[in-house]
Amino acid sequence: MSTSTGLRRTALYDEHGKHGARLVPFAGFEMPVQYSSILKEHDAVRHRAGLFDLSHMAQFVLEGPGVAPWAETLTINAVETMKPMQARYNIFCNAQGGAHDDTIFYRLNERWLLVVNGANAEKMWTHLNANLAEGVRLENLHGRNALIAIQGPKALAMLQPHVNVDLAGVKYYFAAEGEVYGRPAVIARTGYTGEDGFELFVFGEHAPEIWRALLRDNAGEGLEPCGLGARDVLRLEAGMPLYGHELTEAITPVQAGLQWALKTSKPEFIGRNALVEQLHRDDYPRIAGLIMKGRAPAREGYAVYFEGKPVGEIRSGSMAPSVGGQNIATALVPKAAATEGATLEVDIRGTRHEATVVPLPFYKRPK
Amino acid sequence: MAQPESLLYSKEHEWVKIDGETATIGITDYAQNSLGDIVYVELPRVGKQIEQFGNIGVVESVKAVSDLFTPVGGEVLEVNGALEGDPAAVNRDPYGAGWLFKVKLKDVGEKSNLLSATDYEKIAHD
Repeated sequence: MSTSTGLRRTALYDEHGKHGARLVPFAGFEMPVQYSSILKEHDAVRHRAGLFDLSHMAQFVLEGPGVAPWAETLTINAVETMKPMQARYNIFCNAQGGAHDDTIFYRLNERWLLVVNGANAEKMWTHLNANLAEGVRLENLHGRNALIAIQGPKALAMLQPHVNVDLAGVKYYFAAEGEVYGRPAVIARTGYTGEDGFELFVFGEHAPEIWRALLRDNAGEGLEPCGLGARDVLRLEAGMPLYGHELTEAITPVQAGLQWALKTSKPEFIGRNALVEQLHRDDYPRIAGLIMKGRAPAREGYAVYFEGKPVGEIRSGSMAPSVGGQNIATALVPKAAATEGATLEVDIRGTRHEATVVPLPFYKRPK
Repeated sequence: MAQPESLLYSKEHEWVKIDGETATIGITDYAQNSLGDIVYVELPRVGKQIEQFGNIGVVESVKAVSDLFTPVGGEVLEVNGALEGDPAAVNRDPYGAGWLFKVKLKDVGEKSNLLSATDYEKIAHD
C-alpha cells in the first residue's frame, strides 16, 4: 500500500493509528517512532515485553539446491554449516570490505529466508540478482509479508499459549515453522533489543489480527506496542550495529568489531582480501563504545577529539536507561583512541565534553 | 492540557509569566508532548543578556535536539537547576516544576509581540 506522499504502509498501519503512534518516514515506509513514550516502551521491553512492527524490513525467499554454496561467495559468515531451522547473522560486503548490508539468514525446511534492512532492500535485491547462480531462485516478499517482534523477559510466556510450538525448545538463533493464533508463521528466537524474544514472520493479511490478539491477551501482563525510537535505544545499549551508523559501504565489519562473524577460513567471498589485509594490519579506525561523563548527549556526527586533536565522529548516541541513565555513544576513531579506558572529548555545540571508552556491549541482560 | 490563560506565548512554543519586571519562561505542553521524553536542557548562564526571540539554548529529547528561543529579552536572573537531575519535569509539569529560566525584563513593551492563550491555541495543533 502507498500514499500520495510516496511512502508505503505496512499491513499494520491501521493498528499504529489506533494506538496513537507518531509516524515518521523510515526506509520508504510510514513507521511508528513511538506510541506512548520512548522511555516507557524501553522499560516495557527490559522488564516485561514489547511488540514491534518490523514489516519495513525486507524478506527475500531463497530456494534451490545452490543457495548455500552461492551465498557463501557473497557473505563473510558461514552459510553451509547452518543446521535446519538455524538462524545466523551475516554481512554482505563490497570488494573493499565495506558493508553492503547486515542481514539474518534463516534456514527453513526446503527454503531459506533472508532478512535485509528496509533501507537496503532495493540495493540488496539488485546485488543478489546481479550475482545470481545456477540452482538459486529468489522471491521478494518486501511489503507483502509482515514481521512482528515480541521482545522482553516475558515474551516466551506471553506467546506460548498462542502457538503450536514448544518455544522453550527453540534455542536462541533458531526458528520453527508453526502457527500463531492458527495462522502460519515462522517463529524465530531472534531480535534486536538485547532481550529474549521472538520474531514472527507472517502473511501480511494475517498480521493485524495477530497483533491485536497478542496485545489483547497480554495487556494485563504489560505487553506494549513499541516504536523504532525505543528499538534504537535498546539495540545501542546491547552493542548491536545499525546499518548506516556502525556499518556502511565505507565502514567494514572488522572496523565495527564484528570479527566473530568473519570466517576467513572460507576460500573466497566478496571483500575477503580487503578484510583479511585489514585484520592483519590492525591499524584501522574502529568503532568504540563511549560513556559521556556529563549530562549532554552525544549525537551522530559530533566531532571526537583525542589528545587535543580531532580524530573521528560519533556514529550513534543516546541517553541509556539501562546504563544508569548515562549518555552512551559509538564513535569511529583510530586504534589508539579506541583503547578501553581512553579519555576522548566530544564537541557538543562548540564545547568539549569528556567521554571514556568502554567495551561493548553497554548492557547485558541478567541471566 | 489547556493553555493557562494567565500566561503569554510565543510562536516557538514557549510560555512566559510576567510578574512586574521579572519573567518566568518555559515550554508549552504542546511543545513537550511534541518533543517526547526530555533528557537534557541547556540554558543560558545567569547574568547573560539575551534578546527577544534569540536562540539561547537547547531542549533535547531521546531522539532529537531542539533549539530554545526566549520569548522576552533581558538579563538572565535564574535557571531551574532541578532540571539537571530531572529534565523529565518539563514533560510532567511544563507550566510548574518544569519552568526553565527567569529574566529581568529589558522592555515590558515586548509583551505586545506575544500571543494570548486563545491565539496560541490556534497554532498549537498537529
